[in-house]
Amino acid sequence: MGVIRNSIEKSAVQLTKEDFVSDQMVKWCPGCGNHSILNSVAKVFPEIGYKKENYVIISGIGCSSRFPYYMNTYGFHGIHGRAHSIASGVKIANPSLSVWITTGDGDSMAIGGNHFIHLIRRNIDVNVMLFNNQIYGLTKGQYSPTSPLGAKTKTSPYGTIEHPFSVGELVIGAQGTFFARVIDNNQAMMTEVMFEAAKHDGTSIVEILQNCVIFNDKVHEQISAKDVRDDMQLHLKNGERMIFGKEKNKGIHLNGYKLEVVTLGENGITEEDILVHDANDVDPGIHLMLAKLEYPVAVGVIRAASFPTYDDLMEEQIRTVKESSPIKCMDDLLNSGDTWEIK
Amino acid sequence: MISQNNRKVVEKDDVVIKFVGDSGDGMQLIGSMFSETIALAGEDLSTFPDFPAEIRAPRNTIAGVSGFQVHFGFKKVLSPGDLCDVLVAFNPASLKSNLKNVKRGATIIVDENSFDEKIMEVIGYTSNPLFDGSLSEYNVIHAPITTLARETLKPLGVDNKTAEKTKNMFVLGMLFNMFNLPIAATEEYLKKRFAKKPHLIELNMLVIRNGFEFANTIEAIPSIVVPKTQLKPGKYRNIHGNDATAWGLMAAAEKSGLQLFLGSYPITPATEILMELAKHRELGVKTFQAEDEIAGITSAIGASFSGSLACTTTSGPGLSLKSEAMGLAVITELPLVIVNVQRGGPSTGLPTKSEQADLLQVLYGRNSEAPMIVIAASSPADCFYTAYETAKYSLEHMTPAVCLTDGYIGFGSEVMEIPKMSEMPEIKPRIAKARNDSEGKFLPYSRDPETLAREWAVPGTEGLRHRVGGLEKSDVYGEVSTDPFNHEKMMNLRHEKVQRIANKLPLQEFIGSADADMLVVSWGGTKGQVQGAVEEANQQGLRLAHAHFRYINPLPTNTKELLSSFKKILVCELNMGQFVAYLRINFPEIPYLQYNKYQGQPFTVVELVDKFNQILKG
Ligand code: SF4
Repeated sequence: MGVIRNSIEKSAVQLTKEDFVSDQMVKWCPGCGNHSILNSVAKVFPEIGYKKENYVIISGIGCSSRFPYYMNTYGFHGIHGRAHSIASGVKIANPSLSVWITTGDGDSMAIGGNHFIHLIRRNIDVNVMLFNNQIYGLTKGQYSPTSPLGAKTKTSPYGTIEHPFSVGELVIGAQGTFFARVIDNNQAMMTEVMFEAAKHDGTSIVEILQNCVIFNDKVHEQISAKDVRDDMQLHLKNGERMIFGKEKNKGIHLNGYKLEVVTLGENGITEEDILVHDANDVDPGIHLMLAKLEYPVAVGVIRAASFPTYDDLMEEQIRTVKESSPIKCMDDLLNSGDTWEIK
Repeated sequence: MISQNNRKVVEKDDVVIKFVGDSGDGMQLIGSMFSETIALAGEDLSTFPDFPAEIRAPRNTIAGVSGFQVHFGFKKVLSPGDLCDVLVAFNPASLKSNLKNVKRGATIIVDENSFDEKIMEVIGYTSNPLFDGSLSEYNVIHAPITTLARETLKPLGVDNKTAEKTKNMFVLGMLFNMFNLPIAATEEYLKKRFAKKPHLIELNMLVIRNGFEFANTIEAIPSIVVPKTQLKPGKYRNIHGNDATAWGLMAAAEKSGLQLFLGSYPITPATEILMELAKHRELGVKTFQAEDEIAGITSAIGASFSGSLACTTTSGPGLSLKSEAMGLAVITELPLVIVNVQRGGPSTGLPTKSEQADLLQVLYGRNSEAPMIVIAASSPADCFYTAYETAKYSLEHMTPAVCLTDGYIGFGSEVMEIPKMSEMPEIKPRIAKARNDSEGKFLPYSRDPETLAREWAVPGTEGLRHRVGGLEKSDVYGEVSTDPFNHEKMMNLRHEKVQRIANKLPLQEFIGSADADMLVVSWGGTKGQVQGAVEEANQQGLRLAHAHFRYINPLPTNTKELLSSFKKILVCELNMGQFVAYLRINFPEIPYLQYNKYQGQPFTVVELVDKFNQILKG
């Protein structure tokens, strides 16, 4: 999956999934998509290769936020909506930690929306796994900011009258440097994308379309079911053409300012007409269109652009100011400026 | 006594001087320059700026008056003082609104150029107070100050607008003459301030010198002699309360060997702490200007989890927003310093005016019982020591702690003997050591049997992986637990842990005689006025003692004994009675009297003395 280069210390020995499995009983509902996410994370952490004590998992409130208990790492189960700001403090204070946030659509899009966008804007080098099941699970089935207009839930018995957020659109609007989307039933893709997220310097947001079997079962079924997924998902690979479909004969073409689905061999369409995915493009224009695409639904790494991170800039600033300042300790500061002696 | 040029020479132990004018007219500047000079001349001093909430309030209105008060003298100066010996008023509105704060016979210097008829009419003067005899009880010196400043700079070809701006420098020169102060120190100050505009240094110095000379020609200007201070030998500086708080936190970080992290959102009157700490990257300070109050504290909780001395700074309304997160810090048993610079409330209330508004909020303003340390600073310089101590106890006892100051001492300044870091008390954070996985499972909620503090297991340390969070934890193991008996045990442990800190605190002291007729009790930022009032009342023949509380939670172990040993107890505070309510909860058997003021203004010595007399003489 490549090599990760940053200042976080690597483990001298090859760790395994067992190193990260906690002794706690996993209490999610049987069949919940969270189980497969947990499995993928436990698999990818040894691949990433940091020392096991260098991982920190931080969460807010919600089903997704029980995650830290189920991983044998340092963990912090915070309060509702605040995982992002807790994690910001952890990472800024100690940049040599690998910081992961597990959160949900309620935690990140509603109560913690402000922290979510500001984390992204600052580009603090943390990794966010956002479990999007379009419902509040832990409080038993109320609509969330990602529930589609008209969704009937316990707090919208006649259908919601709210327009939902699109996670990717919000991320890119907030100056996001990394956005990826995966589906909970595709573990191989999840581990691959999480590795990419770890590799990215800056805030990485991975939206996981997660199935809540109890309160919103099959909400992602139209795109995730085995028989339709190849036709409904566009699996993006950096540098490759955006081709999809069971027959690998469909592709994405840029027509004016819009993306459109075309079929290879029809109306004179050849491979040359199909867009090549450039996740590293600094300009988020195409990334935004991909994030919003309803058919097919883009999965994989949509955006991975390089910008300075908050934590690097902070360390750099401290280094340069230290070099030039005559004040080296508190005694220097206390005695600086106007002082006088009384004899 | 008459000086050579027939000016009266007055000797005074201490002087209160106040500069008032439009908020855009540089009152804070002239006030700061005057106090720097006074300090360098070796006087003890205390200052307080008094400004409107608006940055540029309408000119020539009462609402737009900005002030800066300086109290200096040769004995220990306890507060910025209440009534002025000298008032410098730059416009009619400022004269009108401040006359009530001036002693009879005081010298009032006014810029007569500003006494325009229309302006006087708007603010309610029916005749010119400079000439209608209404100020006959004062020594009024009215000079065309704006004109004089303008004339000074005319030969240099300086435009009128720039020249008029130097009118406060002209007055400064007059005052230097009046108080026999050297001009040289001010030149140094100007050199620093106008390092990038050196031509302004010369202009300002010229105006100051002219003001100085001008004062020689006015017989009505007294020559005031204040004997040199009797501060004990040592090295001193002038310091503002909010800067002192920032430095106290930095000192605690250095002493404990930790990095300092501040998560904060700007709010009056606490913002200066964030601004001051943001300057000190050279000492490795990490400041994070958060998107809101909640992110301010939760980022600090994160930084604490990962091993920094973590702080958040705010004022009342911001503290309300932080309440839930304060509970999180309590249950995760992490060190965290919460600085609350109190202001008048409720809601937005009086952002620039001070009140002891939040005592009950910091003690009880959270869901469930979430005890934490509360220590209140008693003066601008004491903010340094209070912030330091708050950090120390928080780190050593693994519990969040509140450092309570207020706008009055936060904005105010006083002379501080410069502390030596080698003489500051040790701070020993309870950082858990790395271990082998083979040493068995790390138990994050096992405790020191004496203090009940748990260990601080910092991410990145081998062998200590564990989880904390907002759900109730099992004792010792720190796992999620809903067991009823465990919950009760943890509630007791969290309470007891904070209470046991009292064993480390100094005993509560009092000043005065043990058989005094009444013990006056104060806490926090009112110390100067209350102590001054007790001293004054005792000189007048009352028999009072004074106990000033810094440690609020826990209270010193001898508190009950001390309070029960006096016949009468009067608790004075700037709110409707929060500390007295707290004392009543803790020691209900003791009868208390209370004196409360909530006008967004400090106590004055006069009103306190009146109250003491009223109680004791009936
Ligand atoms: S309620 Fe839904 S999201 Fe929560 S654990 Fe159960 S299935 Fe998963």
